[in-house]
Parts: sequence; C-alpha cells; structure tokens
Amino acid sequence: MDTNELIKALAADTQPRKPSLSTTWRSAVAIAIAAAAIVFFVTLGPRLDIAAAAETIRFLFKFVVTVVLAASAFIAAQALSRPGSAWRRALPYLAAAPVLLVLAIILELFALPPATWSARLIGTNSMVCLTFIPLIGIGPLAIFLMVLRHGAPTSPALAGAVAGLLAGGIAATFYAAHCTDDSPLFVATWYTIAVSILAVIGALAASRLARW
Amino acid sequence: MNGKDEEELAQLMRTAIAGDERAYGEFLQRASRLVRGLARRKAGQGGIDPEDIVQETLLAVHTKRHTWRTDKPITPWLYAIARYKLIDAFRRRGRRVEVEIGEIADVFATPEPETVSDREIGRALEMLAPGQRSVVAAISVDGRSIGETARSLNMTETAVRVALHRGLAAIAKRFGRN
Repeated sequence: MDTNELIKALAADTQPRKPSLSTTWRSAVAIAIAAAAIVFFVTLGPRLDIAAAAETIRFLFKFVVTVVLAASAFIAAQALSRPGSAWRRALPYLAAAPVLLVLAIILELFALPPATWSARLIGTNSMVCLTFIPLIGIGPLAIFLMVLRHGAPTSPALAGAVAGLLAGGIAATFYAAHCTDDSPLFVATWYTIAVSILAVIGALAASRLARW
Repeated sequence: MNGKDEEELAQLMRTAIAGDERAYGEFLQRASRLVRGLARRKAGQGGIDPEDIVQETLLAVHTKRHTWRTDKPITPWLYAIARYKLIDAFRRRGRRVEVEIGEIADVFATPEPETVSDREIGRALEMLAPGQRSVVAAISVDGRSIGETARSLNMTETAVRVALHRGLAAIAKRFGRN
C-alpha cells in the first residue's frame, strides 16, 4: 500500500470524531474525585474533631498544598497529553506545592521548640498515610491513564508520573480531612512519599499503556 | 512553511472535522509532504524507510485527530506527532537489531525481495481479518468509493464503514509492531 492509497482509505473513514481531549479531562477529574470520595468515606471518613480543626491554620494549610498540587498537575497532565503543546511551560507550576511546603516548614521550625520537631515529623499516622493516599488515589490514577491512552502523550512516562501527582493530589486532599497530624513536617515527609508512590506507578504504567 | 500555509492547513482540517471528505484528503496530502521532508532528513541514517514514518504519522494523525485544538496552529501538532513516530521507529529498530542477530541464519535462508508491499503497512494490512482487509484494500489500493465497495463485496455501506474504521484502527495499532 503506498501513501496515496493510505490517504484514500483514511479520508473515506469519516467516523464521528471522538470527544475532545479537554472535555475528556474535565469529565475524568469529576469521576476521579467521585471515586476517591467513595473510597475515602467508606474506609476512613473525616476526623471527629473536624469542626475544631478547621479553625487551625495547620489543618487548613494541608488543603492549600494538596489542592495546589492537584491543580498544577492537572494543567501539566493536560499539556503532556497533547502533541505540540508547550508542556515544558506547564511543568514549573508543579514547583508551587513543594515551595509552599518548604516555606511552611521554615515557619514551623521557628514556631516549635527543636525538642518537638522529630515527634511532629513522625506523627502517629504515618502508616495510615502511606496506605490510604495510594489506596484512595489508585482509582483516579487508573482513570487518568485511560485519558492518556485517549490522548497522545509524546513523553508517556512523564505524562504518567504527572497523572500520578494529580491522583495523589486528589487522594491527599481527602486523606488530609482524616489525618490528625497537621504539622508541615509530617505532610512534607509522609504525604510526599505516598504521592511519589502513585507517581512511580503512573510512570511505569503509562510507559507501557500510553504508547500510541 | 509560512503563516498562510499554516492557516490553510488548519482550515482544511477544520473543514474535514466538519465532515468534508475531500478537504480531509487534501489535508492528508499536504501533511504527508511536510512530514516526508522531515522524515527524509532524519530517518536516512538509521536504515529506516522515511515513507514508513510518513505513513505511520498519517495513521496517528487520523486516530488522534481529536487531540488537536481547533483554535491552535496545526503544524506544531503535526510535527510533534511525526517526531514521536520517528523516535519510536528508532527505538524499535534498536530492539529489532538485537533480535535479528540470533536469527541471522534464517535471514540468509529466505532473502526477501524489496517490493512496495514490503513496507510495514503492507505487513500490517496482511494481518487484518479477511473481511476488513478486503474492504481496506478495495478503498485504498483499488480506489473504490464506500458505495462501490459495498456493492462489489455485497455488504451494506454501514458495514463497509465499520470494517474500514476497525481495519484502520487495527493497522494503526499494529504498525511496526509485528
């Protein structure tokens, strides 16, 4: 079959266009949030003193970090799933959540006596955190991997890693409502490890599944 | 490639998306010429047939056309796909070379003549189910319309469209992977 013959076949194939990638991403995030919410409320649920906690800055700051992570990963994942997009310009947004965390850690170290630092870092929920952020995030990650297959990522592994950050950001937002360890020292340590697990799974899976 | 060419190409694709088969054919012709230039410059040194890159890119353009944002320039999108397919071909070539070292005796035993059908897409076409293959071949190689193909194969036009669509999707999936 030469190229002109191929073109004839392609031009004759006028099946309805698939849904646009922007639409697919938006629906996927809505479904992913719903899936994460179901797993969260069935397995953990919010902490009992959430009303009192909501008046403390440390508790609220957790959501700032996780939502900023999810939002920046959403921007980058969309760009990475589309050929010819300027995705390199979207990657610096991913630094926003880590920068916020570093600033919060500095403030925390000024606020707390050094003797309490390690207790705040280790907390009491590290294993719950490492278990449930990946558990809540794995469903959303699977959904985002399907979107990457629908799209056309020219760097599949990187796109998968960022999809993992997006799933991790959503999962961590829910998990933060359960966890009683609110210190930025705890968040920077255990949330980071938990979200990284999803990012690694995303990179490995996408480098196999999202080739096209 | 200047701004006018870019705008014409994008306009052809927008018309094609609206359902104009002729505009789509014209878009693919122009796209193939642009990609051929890139493929000839880059593919030669790797022992890769540039025309394989052109065809693989066209198939990807077709199956992934929903990833182009209609309000954006189309050439960066087109070239990004071509570049991805080029890199993919080099990557596969690297892997295949390793495989062939163990099978070198077989290669000498059965030398294959260089023909047009030796193109990777020819092999992908041959791997299709017979029904899909005859539909794809009738429209591409024989240049028949959907209606003519339906009559000559004694199928409905809808069945021809479905077989064509699935056949091309299967080729796009298998291209270069056999």
